[in-house]
Amino acid sequence: MSFWRKVIAITEKDALSELRTREIIFSVLVFTLLVIVIFNFAFGTSQQVIVLVAPGSLWVTFAFAGILSLNRAFIPEKEQGCLEGLMACPISREAIYVGKILSSLLFMLIIEAIALPIFAVLFNLPMLSLPVIVITVLTTIGFVAVGTLFSAMAVNTKAREMVLPILFLPIVVPIIIAAVEASGLAIAGAPWSKFASWLQLILAFDVIFLVVSFLIFAFVIEE
Amino acid sequence: MARKILLWVSLALMVISLYLVFVYVPTEKEMGIVQRIFYIMVPTGWLAMLSFTVVFLGSILYLVRRDNKWDILAHSSAELGIVFTTLALIVGPIWAKPIWGVWWDWGTPRLTSTLVLWFIYLAYFMVRSLATEESRGARFAAVVGIVGFVDIPIIALATTLWQGMHPPALIFQESGLAPSMLLTLIVSIAAFTALYFLLLLQRVSMKNAEIEIQSLQELGG
Repeated sequence: MSFWRKVIAITEKDALSELRTREIIFSVLVFTLLVIVIFNFAFGTSQQVIVLVAPGSLWVTFAFAGILSLNRAFIPEKEQGCLEGLMACPISREAIYVGKILSSLLFMLIIEAIALPIFAVLFNLPMLSLPVIVITVLTTIGFVAVGTLFSAMAVNTKAREMVLPILFLPIVVPIIIAAVEASGLAIAGAPWSKFASWLQLILAFDVIFLVVSFLIFAFVIEE
Repeated sequence: MARKILLWVSLALMVISLYLVFVYVPTEKEMGIVQRIFYIMVPTGWLAMLSFTVVFLGSILYLVRRDNKWDILAHSSAELGIVFTTLALIVGPIWAKPIWGVWWDWGTPRLTSTLVLWFIYLAYFMVRSLATEESRGARFAAVVGIVGFVDIPIIALATTLWQGMHPPALIFQESGLAPSMLLTLIVSIAAFTALYFLLLLQRVSMKNAEIEIQSLQELGG
C-alpha cells in the first residue's frame, strides 16, 4: 500500500468508529453551543459589546472545543489497546500521524461548520463570509497539527485530559491572536489586504508545525 | 576546573557590573533612577532565551542520540531557564510601574512573549513529571523543548503585530544608548551569562551524582 492509502485507511477507521459511537462530534457540538449561550449571558445583549467580543468568544470556543475533541483522539485507541495494534502494523509512524490529523480535522470542521452559522444567528453578525471561513479552516489546521502530537503524549501521562490544554494553549497563542484579529477585521467587513499579514502568520504556523510534528511524532508513540 | 574558572570569572564580572550599574553609569534623564533596572532586566530576558536555546539543542541531541547526558543538560538548562524567566517577569513590571503607571502592559511584545515562554517552560516540567515512566517523561519533555523553541519566533511576531493596534512602548531604543550605558549593559550581560554557565555545570554534575547514588543504592539492594 502506498503512504496515502494507509493514511486514508486510518482516517476511515476513525470516521467509522465515530459514526458508530458518536463520541466526539455530537458531544463537542453540544458543548460548543452551550459556550455560545453562556457567552451571550456573560456579555449581555448590547450589539456594540457583541461586536467587540464576538471574535474573541468565537476563538475561545473553538480552542476549547479543539481541546475536547483532540483529547478523545487517542483515548479510545489507548483503552482498547488499538494503538499497539496500529504500531504492530507494517505502517510508518508518520502515516499514523497524518491519518489522525485528517480525522481530527474532519471532526473539527464538521463541528465548526454547524457552530459558525449558529454563532452568526445568535450574535447577529455576518460571520458566514468567505474570509471568516478561510480563517477558520487555516487556524483549525494549526490546532490539529500541534494538538494531535500533544494528544498522543497526554494519553500516556497520569493526568491525561489535564495535560493537553497545558501543552496546547501556550503553543497556539500566536494563531489565536492572529485568528481573533483577522476574524474581527473580516466581520467588520475589511478587505482581504487588511488582514493578509495575519493570514500569512497562520499559514506559516500551519506549515512549520505540520513539518515539525511530522518529524518528531515517531518519538512520541514509540514504546 | 572549568567550574572554578567560571566561578571566579562570574564573581569578578558581577562585582564590576554592580559597580557600573550603581556608581559608574549616569542616571538616565527622563526615566530617572528606575532606569537602572534595565541592566538587570535585559540580562534576565537574555538568559531566558539562552536557556531555552540550550534546552532545544539538548532535546534534539537526546532524541537523536538517546544518550541520557543530553537530557540532563536540557533538563538542567530548563530549570535555570524558568528561574530567569520568572525573574524577568518580576523585574519587568517593577520597571513598568513607574514609567507607564501600570504593572502590566499587554501592548509590550517582549513582556507578553516572555509570559508565554514561562508557560511553555511550565509545560516542559509538567509533562515530564506526569509521564508514566521516567524515560517517557524525558522524551515528552524533549518534544516540548523542540516545539516550544520553534514557536518562540512566531509568538514574538504575533505579539509584535498585535502591539501595532496598541500605543507603541518606548523601552528598547538600543540605537540611542549612550556609550557608558552600553558598556554597563554588556558587562552585566556577560556577568549573568557566566553565572548561567556556572550554575548549569553545577546542576549537571549534581544530577550525575544523583544518578550514581541511585544506581549504587540499587546495587546494594
